[in-house]
Amino acid sequence: MSDHDHDHHHDHDHSELSETQLRVRALETVLTEKGYVDPAALDLLIETYEKKVGPRNGARVVAKAWADPAYRARLLKDATPAIAEIGYAGRQGEHIVALENTPKRHNMVVCTLCSCYPWPVLGLPPVWYKSAPYRSRAVSDPRGVLADFGVTLPKETEIRIWDSTAEIRYLVLPMRPEGTEGWSEEKLADLVTRDSMIGTGLPKSPKDIAK
Amino acid sequence: MNGGQDLGGTHGHGAVKPEPNEPVFHGNWEKRAFALTMAMAMPGGWNLDMSRFARENRPPGEYLSMTYYQIWFAALETMLKERGLVAEDEIAAGHSLYPPKPVKRMLSPGDVEKTLHRGGPTERDTNTKAAFKPGDKVRAKNINPRTHTRLPRYVRGRVGTIERIIGCHVFPDSNAAGAGENPQWLYTVRFDGRELWGDEGDPTSKISVDAWEPYLEPA
Repeated sequence: MSDHDHDHHHDHDHSELSETQLRVRALETVLTEKGYVDPAALDLLIETYEKKVGPRNGARVVAKAWADPAYRARLLKDATPAIAEIGYAGRQGEHIVALENTPKRHNMVVCTLCSCYPWPVLGLPPVWYKSAPYRSRAVSDPRGVLADFGVTLPKETEIRIWDSTAEIRYLVLPMRPEGTEGWSEEKLADLVTRDSMIGTGLPKSPKDIAK
Repeated sequence: MNGGQDLGGTHGHGAVKPEPNEPVFHGNWEKRAFALTMAMAMPGGWNLDMSRFARENRPPGEYLSMTYYQIWFAALETMLKERGLVAEDEIAAGHSLYPPKPVKRMLSPGDVEKTLHRGGPTERDTNTKAAFKPGDKVRAKNINPRTHTRLPRYVRGRVGTIERIIGCHVFPDSNAAGAGENPQWLYTVRFDGRELWGDEGDPTSKISVDAWEPYLEPA
């Protein structure tokens, strides 16, 4: 563990954070000494969510659905086994539902009560997803929230918000960008952003990645 | 509980501020707090719903002024102390002062991958029939339990439409209280923006929650 933990991100009293840092360290020592936790298991848990599980997983799912109509149909019918086909499954993704964006409907996912998020395909949620501004307004002012992300949708588009109040985890299947005919899944995956799979963003365009 | 966690539709929190190139964790302590929480569930013997209640069960002002991992960590401390697994003077000393309590099992490094991959499915078999079907109009009940519930305040008393029967799932209101899984039918219930927010609502918006049968009545 580093002795130089700094946290410049949150607007909190620094001494309070130092207090938390010390307590976390103290508790880990106590739990280890008691034989309740193995620090090597903790390291593996951290490594899994820092290095292995993240939005790149979801991007592969989306790209496959864009490239393969049969896979797309399976994903929309029953996402959990379809996602497991590519090897992603487990904690906080036991019951996944894929939501198809269309020209008429845009889907957006929130957890107003805590931070429910499809870990196997998106990794751990970003701070904004767990924050009061997003959790309060996604359900009551979705277009305002989208504006915070620089996204404007046509006035007539239906905005469909999914509040993850149970153990169902939602993955947005964004619309395939134009000008990507014949692209490989690998190349398509580069267009898929984390936010486009939450519904607070749109996929990149071929122009964006050519830059 | 009608606590600080039930945020849907509340005002005054300001704009959403995404952080460019956000790291998975901010600081080492977040990593350790996350991993300790994950690893202690097994020896601690609590379930996900108990964890959620331990996180939300604090004064709303406190809830809103803590970072997310501070909330997780505070809940972990609470659950450990409630079960007598750790005492405050041990945390203050930074060392174990009392013999460990026997626990069922701990998470070994070799178990991490398969434990995560297995996850914790919440769907259960049932002999009961679902009371509602897609298209049915339902009203979310006006319930106000002081204990854990997953029916947000912003839908209580409002009328929506059953969109989908999800299945029979562990009922958090029971499970959080240690009263057993008590599985209940779970539905996706869709509401119009105007039904939830009146004239302030976006007429092009539809909002759904996943609601267990005991939360709903025919409308």
